[in-house]
Amino acid sequence: MALLEVKNLNTTFKTDQGKVQAVRNVSFHLDQGEVLGIVGESGSGKSQTMYSIIGLLADNGTIESGDITFDEQDISRTHYKNKKEYDSIMSKIRGNTMSMIFQDPMTFLNPVLKIETQLIEPLLNHTKMSKAQAREKALELMRLVGIPSPEKRIKQYPFEFSGGMRQRIVIAIALAMRPKLIIADEPTTALDVTIQAQVLELIEELRATSDSSIIMITHDLGVVAKLCDRIAIMYGGKIVEEGTDREIFYDPRHPYTKGLLNCIANPEDDDEEELTPIPGSPPDLLNPPLGCPFVDRCPNAMKVCKVMPPQETVFSETHKCSCWLNHSKAVEK
Amino acid sequence: MSEAILKVKNLKTYFDVTKGLFSPKQIVKAVDGVSFEVQENETFGLVGESGCGKSTLGRTIVKLYDPVDGEIDFNGKDIATIKGKELKTYHKEMQMIFQDPYASLNPRMTVGEIIKEPMVIHKIYETEKEMEDRVVELLKIVGLKPDHIRRYPSEFSGGQRQRIGIARSLAVNPKFIVCDEPISALDVSIQAQVINLLKNIQKEMGLSYLFIAHDLSMVKHISDKIGVMYLGSMMEIGPSNDVYHRPLHPYTRALLSAIPIPDPDIAKKKQRIILEGEIPSPINSPQGCPFCTRCSQATERCFKERPQPIKIGERSVSCFLYEK
Repeated sequence: MALLEVKNLNTTFKTDQGKVQAVRNVSFHLDQGEVLGIVGESGSGKSQTMYSIIGLLADNGTIESGDITFDEQDISRTHYKNKKEYDSIMSKIRGNTMSMIFQDPMTFLNPVLKIETQLIEPLLNHTKMSKAQAREKALELMRLVGIPSPEKRIKQYPFEFSGGMRQRIVIAIALAMRPKLIIADEPTTALDVTIQAQVLELIEELRATSDSSIIMITHDLGVVAKLCDRIAIMYGGKIVEEGTDREIFYDPRHPYTKGLLNCIANPEDDDEEELTPIPGSPPDLLNPPLGCPFVDRCPNAMKVCKVMPPQETVFSETHKCSCWLNHSKAVEK
Repeated sequence: MSEAILKVKNLKTYFDVTKGLFSPKQIVKAVDGVSFEVQENETFGLVGESGCGKSTLGRTIVKLYDPVDGEIDFNGKDIATIKGKELKTYHKEMQMIFQDPYASLNPRMTVGEIIKEPMVIHKIYETEKEMEDRVVELLKIVGLKPDHIRRYPSEFSGGQRQRIGIARSLAVNPKFIVCDEPISALDVSIQAQVINLLKNIQKEMGLSYLFIAHDLSMVKHISDKIGVMYLGSMMEIGPSNDVYHRPLHPYTRALLSAIPIPDPDIAKKKQRIILEGEIPSPINSPQGCPFCTRCSQATERCFKERPQPIKIGERSVSCFLYEK
């Protein structure tokens, strides 16, 4: 049984211009101990999919439909008539068996609370530990994420920490309850390369020493290649392709995945070949295209792509792709 | 070998950050004695982590900041201390593209007005018609449509805004453009569009670029030469392939090994040199080599004496390890 199972998730946002269909019919699953990378550009719906799962959507966001099962428990918002009931279930899960690492540690941490207060909060909320016990555990967590002299640092405020150290604190808070699932939303985007390397190393170590599953949201294909077992590519609110790391990098099937891989510079490559950019820009999800979201930028678009959403083609147990080109009647240009 | 269009010698830009009347004087040495050259038609890539002084260096070269010491030789003329009219003439040749396409365009001006502004300031064209024609031409060069001329920046996406910024910098036919992280605010698929655009413009107009970025893979792709900065100092300079494949300075080695490679078979095997600690504050930078506090090969001498650039063929490196 999968640890997390998401089926046909649809999330919309009310805005002044109308309803934005941010997440459109997204389904995926995650097994125990697995690292899943969700790759997509800004506005592709990758973060909103995760916020829908963990129940942290902004006030103007609504989960229209979808089934979410986590750790054999039904956490689909639409299955609970009462918002209170849903919230009480989620607040028991959040920070406990499921936790999140955010992109910007400075907005996640409360600037007027000491690190200690923020670190022991999940422990006091979810266990019967005393304050002294929680503090001991907090120090242990700080050591685990590699913060030097934790006894001194625990009494400090977030502004006294550097960017990399702050992100370590955020990770320590996320790890406090040894969660079954960690959702990391661009955890290294705000960091410098050498600090990014330190944090990635830390995540890898944690992965090796615990059986937590990780969902890694990112736009950096290098980070994905380094850490993930499986990868889902999102575009225009949909998952367009899903597969193992090797399937996605060495045998991409969706034109968008191929395009993405072609437009990044691989520093190992020396020939001065031009990058092949993807022309145009992503679709407007206020009025998402009827057919495939990528149709306007796709070099191989056919008539059918404009009018009908592509069916999912299955290539292997792990590799799936939604593109009409894989249909038996399609002719590649 | 072509002529050097820009020669920077021992450039220093300091900021006074003293707080309060009675506290001791505190100086941030953002750029502390940097020297390098950029040839005509060449792209010089400047890499380093945040706080290393790469943006300050770029802005000092465009003279948005005044250096406290050193020379900036542009086309045979020292511009480090010029002011007024001379500075205006200099800005006609030296332009800049900024990192944030949202903050660097005035939201109340139309695209036409934005691109026209430098032409008006430098009085390049006599008639309104000539100017309008040139704006349309520039819009075409950067891949926008002529009818975009009457629209406002808010109607454009990040990538398109960056194109407007590029069109504005080209308006005065400069010889040199400082590109300060022009792609870091953009999505991956849009980054390649902008990089290719910059490359094509360079080919057609014979421009030189100083390309500042922290994305090492992109810098390597666009640059002929790379300079690596750390804590206000230039650690290493060389042709980009050489620096990437045979980094000399211990810092360059660590920095390069930290790049995540977009290829799972390589990435999962790659051994990284993990640097301990973080960049020291530029207020109390180390007395000797700026990197000594994090270097695994540091000796006693590194803590006392600052290494000077050592020439090795086409390259130069500031490290005692390479002294004969």
